[in-house]
Amino acid sequence: MISLTINGTRTEVREGTTILQAARFLEIPIPTLCYHPWLKPFGACRICTVQVQRPRGYELVTACNTPCEEGMVIQTDTDHVRQARRVVVELMMARWPNVPIVQKLAAEVGLEKPRFISEMRDEAPDACILCLRCVRICEEVVGACAIGYEDRGIKRKVVTPFHEESEACVACGACAHVCPTGHMKFEPEDYRGKPPEFLLGPNTAIHVMTPQAVPKVPRIDRESCIHFKTNGCQKCVEVCEAKAVNHEMTDQELEIEVGQILVATGYDLFDASVMAQYGYGRLDNIYTALDIERMLNATGPTGGQIRLKNGQPPRAVGIIHCVGSRDENYHRYCSRVCCMYALKFAHLIKERCPEAEVYNFYIDMRAFGKGYEEFYSRVLHEGVNVIRGKVAEVVQAGWSKQEEGTLLIRCEDTLIGKLREIPVDMVILCNAIEPRRDAERVARLFGLSRSPDGFFLERHPKLDPVATSSDGLFVAGCAQGPKDIPDTVAQASAAAARMLATIAKGVVEMDPVRAEINEEYCSGCRVCNALCPYEAIEYLEDKNVSRVNSALCKGCGTCVAACPAGAITGYGFSDLQLHAELEGLLAVR
Amino acid sequence: MSKPKLALYWAASCGGCEIAVLDVEEKILDVAAFFDIVFWPCAMDFKYKDVQAMEDGSIDLCLFNGAIRTSENEAMARLLRRKSKVLVAFGSCATEGCIPGLANLTTKEEILDWVYHRSPSTVNENGVRPQPRFHVPEGELEIPEFYEEVRTLAQVVPVDYFIPGCPPQAPQIVNVLSAIMTGAPLPPPGSVIGAGEKTCCDECGRKREEKRIKRFYRPWEIVPDPNQCLLDQGIICLGPATRSGCGALCVKANMPCRGCYGPPPNVMDQGAKMISALASVIDSQDPEEVQRILDQIPDPAGTLYRFSVPASLLHRKRTQVTA
Amino acid sequence: MNQQQRFEPRIVGFLCNWCSYTGADLAGVSRMKSAPNLRTIRVMCSGRVDPTLVLRAFQLGADGVLVAGCHPGDCHYQEGNYKAMRRVLLLKRVLREFGIDERRLRLEWISASEGEKFARVANEFTEQVRALGPLQLEEAPAAVAEPQLEEVRA
Repeated sequence: MISLTINGTRTEVREGTTILQAARFLEIPIPTLCYHPWLKPFGACRICTVQVQRPRGYELVTACNTPCEEGMVIQTDTDHVRQARRVVVELMMARWPNVPIVQKLAAEVGLEKPRFISEMRDEAPDACILCLRCVRICEEVVGACAIGYEDRGIKRKVVTPFHEESEACVACGACAHVCPTGHMKFEPEDYRGKPPEFLLGPNTAIHVMTPQAVPKVPRIDRESCIHFKTNGCQKCVEVCEAKAVNHEMTDQELEIEVGQILVATGYDLFDASVMAQYGYGRLDNIYTALDIERMLNATGPTGGQIRLKNGQPPRAVGIIHCVGSRDENYHRYCSRVCCMYALKFAHLIKERCPEAEVYNFYIDMRAFGKGYEEFYSRVLHEGVNVIRGKVAEVVQAGWSKQEEGTLLIRCEDTLIGKLREIPVDMVILCNAIEPRRDAERVARLFGLSRSPDGFFLERHPKLDPVATSSDGLFVAGCAQGPKDIPDTVAQASAAAARMLATIAKGVVEMDPVRAEINEEYCSGCRVCNALCPYEAIEYLEDKNVSRVNSALCKGCGTCVAACPAGAITGYGFSDLQLHAELEGLLAVR
Repeated sequence: MSKPKLALYWAASCGGCEIAVLDVEEKILDVAAFFDIVFWPCAMDFKYKDVQAMEDGSIDLCLFNGAIRTSENEAMARLLRRKSKVLVAFGSCATEGCIPGLANLTTKEEILDWVYHRSPSTVNENGVRPQPRFHVPEGELEIPEFYEEVRTLAQVVPVDYFIPGCPPQAPQIVNVLSAIMTGAPLPPPGSVIGAGEKTCCDECGRKREEKRIKRFYRPWEIVPDPNQCLLDQGIICLGPATRSGCGALCVKANMPCRGCYGPPPNVMDQGAKMISALASVIDSQDPEEVQRILDQIPDPAGTLYRFSVPASLLHRKRTQVTA
Repeated sequence: MNQQQRFEPRIVGFLCNWCSYTGADLAGVSRMKSAPNLRTIRVMCSGRVDPTLVLRAFQLGADGVLVAGCHPGDCHYQEGNYKAMRRVLLLKRVLREFGIDERRLRLEWISASEGEKFARVANEFTEQVRALGPLQLEEAPAAVAEPQLEEVRA
């Protein structure tokens, strides 16, 4: 340990501690500029100058890079120190008079106007003050070494090699982050042209997905994390007090034994670009409902403002219902939620861009829920236009300069019996809810049935809408069919209650209709093995017989019918019973 | 005490069952010593009238092989039934019709038409057909009537026991005869004896997987893996729907089981069960593809009912009655 | 043809519990008229229909057999109806070989909501089988006199 005195206060520090660190520990203020706690001390700006007592007088040193010595006596606020700092700031003011951080330092040292004018004078408020934090972080922390500096003295300049765009740059933005003047800027690409989830705007590599994310914890984006690019950085690990950051984490597969499963795998959105006539993905300013939902979100990329690609608010917006729903070519069913969210969009657009005309193109307006019809009439009173008719196509208008960027919606207005062309500058497509792409695989995995539209089939549409044909398996939400939030919540609550009821009861009741293999007659031919949709039949290699797990069996009887040895009895519908039934049925003419 | 009386008879069959009796090798001497053989036209000189002369129920055991094709077969079946205490349907023909029974997939008319008129090797310029009675200068000739269908023994007379197999395997015959000779209690009438309770698969040592068939092969189309289940390889093997007892002889020779030991205990109709099993394990859900796969079975009735057409639920081919 | 001579076919229908039987129920509840010739047997799934049952029905005097299950992809037990479809396809070929018109065996997909389809199928099939005439598979009592051995001098 080394003992020293700062401003008359004795203290002990570990060897290697700098004067700046010791002073900060004692809460003695020393101004800094080029210093950054993540970086090695550099001593470039000299604003942190302090006075060290020497046997013959004193010495002025920079606190940031001078290590403490035994018996050192340091003064941080003497006339000499103030004088020295004042000159440093005055020289900076002479060169960069409008940089806020320099002005702030000037105010601290009581400098109003520099006595000199630098020949390199730069009046920009975000001028580079050559602290070189950027260069140092790129080298020391990021490890990319994408930027450096050239020349000496007053000609020194921060540059990339050969003044060209550096391939070594990993676009992490660390340089911009440490730049005290804002001279370094991080400009990620325009968010448009990126997949919808990138609409969140530029992100740091470690971030909370969205303000509404569940669970609301940060995640590391491997794509942009410096550590995964250069193996350096890991500053998040250093600063996290909870020691929660772990770059070594990988995806894990867990096996969890459960007694009941609720399948709530949700839905996929119909790909609107398939309907080429609506121009999605081809023309600008055509969005899907989910895109707009992001745009309307207060934490979204536009802060909740409706904006065209050129940044202007739209003058007219067309909302097209039933994109892929109620359509013989795509999905015959109604997606159920679109009418209401389309009206919500209309309402919100009216609220945020009162000047804009909003058109809803619908086949039938299905305001089916509690308070929905009232909302519909409210939206009508807000001056939203509704046009009954399926939209034929959306085309680019624009024969003249004036019309550039305008879209034309062509449709038949079936209420007035006329074909119409309506110019808008934004189109919102209410695309259909469709089963998840992997629904078939999931159905096989769980032994679920699917209705013809591809959604998972409930046991009974009215009497048992949350259970499935497999005991202990429940469905809820759009996995079972398109539905809105209240319906989903109701169904999910019902499913949860059903599961809890089973848990509370502690026993499981089973239908007595089951198959059983008589091992006396089974010779293990394995015809039945692959037939069971519930994988209830297992083959016992040692005994050369197959056996039905009666907890899994649902009693469909396929194996009973198929068993070539007649070894399987289907209780409730046994061969004996069915033949007796046949005999009885055909006994009378 | 006189020796028990044994009779053996051969109706519509190939005679293989008679050979199978001799296949018991030196055990035949014990049989000859134990029984008094009173009727065995194939091996010794007996006449029908010798049997007719016997008292009813005087034969202790009658092993009747062959199906009932003609009036002579039927008459002998009835006669031997009357004269025997225990009548055994011996072999596949008597039990379920067997290969002669395949004739039931055509009608009597078709058979006569082919044999006496249409077959390429037939020369029958006058279009003569055999008649049950025919006058020749020497007197009247009679031949037995050719029936419309082949029947099993049990479809003609009550049968006490059934010994399946085409032919019944010698070790099984030995088992049955030695059980009788040692005076072991007889099983309940109507039982299948000389066979197992399981299926051929039980005696087959091949490795079986979950079955999913994409294509059927006929035995000559591929060289089957001798260690894999033949059905798994797409060869139609009737083993799963065939009673055990033969020792899986055919499959051990790398040939599929054709089903001669008849259906296992709980199966009413061997062919129907095989239809069910085969169709179930076809790995396709597309009706057209399924049809294509099924078309790879050239003659499903003849293949799946090879030994059991007369004993099946449908018995024989029908000529369509139209309204 | 007058009413008395009209042939009334006997048809057995194997209906799956979840779709076709419910569909038949709906037809009844909706008071749709359907031919009474169809006598139904409920099974849990069309995949339970063993060809043995179909043949037994014919043997016992049925003139036609209907197997009805859920629409493809709609099976309560996922794929039972496909198994029924495959069995019926093979069974039809076997029936042909036994000289039985394959139209006497019919496979239909009738969903729980298709009461109208059930009634239509029942009527259509009855008419179809009526046109095909009686199958008469029942064993006729032995008409031939018992042959006497005296007549047989082999």
